[in-house]
Amino acid sequence: MNLFFESVRSALASIRAHRLRSFLTSLGIIIGVASVITVISLIQGLSKSVSDQFMGLGGNGLTVRAHNEFKDVMRGKVNYLHFDDVEQLHLRVDEIRDLSPVFNPGFSEVRFTGMSATAQVFATAASYQEVNQRYARLGRFISDSDNAGARRVAVIGEKLIEDLHLPDNPVGQFILYANEWFKIVGVMEKRGEIFGMSQDNYMIIPFKTGQSIIGNNTRPQLSITVAVRDLGQLDATRSRIRAVMRQSHRLKADERDDFEIESADQVAKTFDKISSTVTLVMGGVVGIALLVGGIGIMNIMLVSVKERTREIGICKAIGARSRDILLQFLIEAVTLSLLGGLLGLAIGYALGIGIAAMIPDFPPAVVPWWAVALSVLFSGGVGVVFGVVPASQAARLDPIDALRYE
Amino acid sequence: MIRLQAVKKQYQMGDQTVHALQGVDLHIRRNELVAFIGASGSGKSTMMNIVGCLDRPSSGEYWLNGREVATMSGDELAHVRNREIGFIFQSFHLLPRASALDNVAQPLIYRGVKLRERLALAAEALTRVGLGTRLHHRPNELSGGQRQRVAIARALVGQPSILLADEPTGNLDSTTSQEILELIREVHAGGQTVVMVTHEPEIAAQCQRIVRLRDGIIMSDTLAGPAAGSTA
Repeated sequence: MNLFFESVRSALASIRAHRLRSFLTSLGIIIGVASVITVISLIQGLSKSVSDQFMGLGGNGLTVRAHNEFKDVMRGKVNYLHFDDVEQLHLRVDEIRDLSPVFNPGFSEVRFTGMSATAQVFATAASYQEVNQRYARLGRFISDSDNAGARRVAVIGEKLIEDLHLPDNPVGQFILYANEWFKIVGVMEKRGEIFGMSQDNYMIIPFKTGQSIIGNNTRPQLSITVAVRDLGQLDATRSRIRAVMRQSHRLKADERDDFEIESADQVAKTFDKISSTVTLVMGGVVGIALLVGGIGIMNIMLVSVKERTREIGICKAIGARSRDILLQFLIEAVTLSLLGGLLGLAIGYALGIGIAAMIPDFPPAVVPWWAVALSVLFSGGVGVVFGVVPASQAARLDPIDALRYE
Repeated sequence: MIRLQAVKKQYQMGDQTVHALQGVDLHIRRNELVAFIGASGSGKSTMMNIVGCLDRPSSGEYWLNGREVATMSGDELAHVRNREIGFIFQSFHLLPRASALDNVAQPLIYRGVKLRERLALAAEALTRVGLGTRLHHRPNELSGGQRQRVAIARALVGQPSILLADEPTGNLDSTTSQEILELIREVHAGGQTVVMVTHEPEIAAQCQRIVRLRDGIIMSDTLAGPAAGSTA
């Protein structure tokens, strides 16, 4: 233990004696760790903000949609939810506070005075606001009476104002969709971008209006978002919904569900999977960076052993055993790479925060504790792996030769 | 306490075998002040390395304090050097980045002595050689004579059986040389066994016993010099 602290002390002294060289030596490690921490902090920040947004997609709820297996769809066997399912759930599941059915009427082109834009159009009910925690910024959301009267009204996303060259306050303007004129009654709150794709190029129309557009013969892919009365009862609610849906679809006991019930965190989990893949790829990049950095350290340590041959000889003459010398040089290499790692950590942290702050609308960077632990652990490990060769070379020196070395 | 018996040493230099020592018998008792003298190539450095446990003889026996050293492993030799031998070198061989105090304390690290005790012992040793006021100077801030005093303090701090001095005055002017020699003789007078290697007869003349080497064998082994009477 004594010797360990002595070695750390002497390592720090020798690093201090060659400040510039030590810095340049650990530059590989510094850059490696810094770039990793930067990227990870940005990805983690992004991932956190995305999962927050997904939470906003119905954090307090469940989504019911038709379950379709790819091979069945290829055979032309497609499952749908029925409009009747909405009524059934509404009437028979007490645990549901509110529910909003959503479907896409199938057309996506929207026009305004010669301009045309592509929008995600969905038809839904007034409850959509509460269930999804998304509200109108200007004007109002579609109302129950809009729905009852199947009125041609629309609430649009921010991006459409830009795409269609609408006035800043477009409420009261008419836009053309599916060959019918829709009056804009409201503009939704901005949602921002995910991976550079705008989340605001959508248009919401009343549910009944959507039904009348597609007519009675077309069956849309309907999904029903449900706000649960008590989040603690999520699982119980889920099984109640399942029971009602099975009855509504008249499924026999041995038939599988032709629908699925998804909670919002499942979507978030999917994104987590993506981000962990990206993180894994980054891990590979780090591996290479650290390898290069490690070779740099080994190189300088070999030079250092040569330079200090006489010192090693002196230490051996006054009683240092081979393992004492080994430990001393090993600790020096580890100290060098650890300091590099810590410096890289600080730089990466600063860069991550700086970059996140510089890009508009980018979520703040988040540095997870495991990234910190891993980079410290890895840079220390690099020191051990690449310090062993120079250190054992130092340890093997013959004291007489080492003393005579000029 | 030092006994060499039929010690031979040869080593390869290129494709030539150098016979540095060709059968040396030597006995050194406690508290002797011995000088090895000889021209370069006489084998005195090899003698010094073997006596100092830096090197092992090719054949023969070397008993140090009743232990056979000739067959020890490298780490065992390091242990013996740490406990039994104190080295003084011609070119001082101090650690350049360490203070005088740290230099003197260095051998005690390998002995596992705690920091506080180590520094106390080192300061005491430095005071003994007259450097009590320069504990925190680095070697390059000290004169040649002062550096050699640091080296002597380092050699003595572990209370070794033998003080081995390899041309201790080789890099010093004559006044400083005399001061260092005085110091070594003082140390000897305090009961320390001292073995000195030199090629200068006038320095050897100040020792009790002179062992003259030539071509790897002992030519003469005489008790002489002014110190002979004083410490017999």
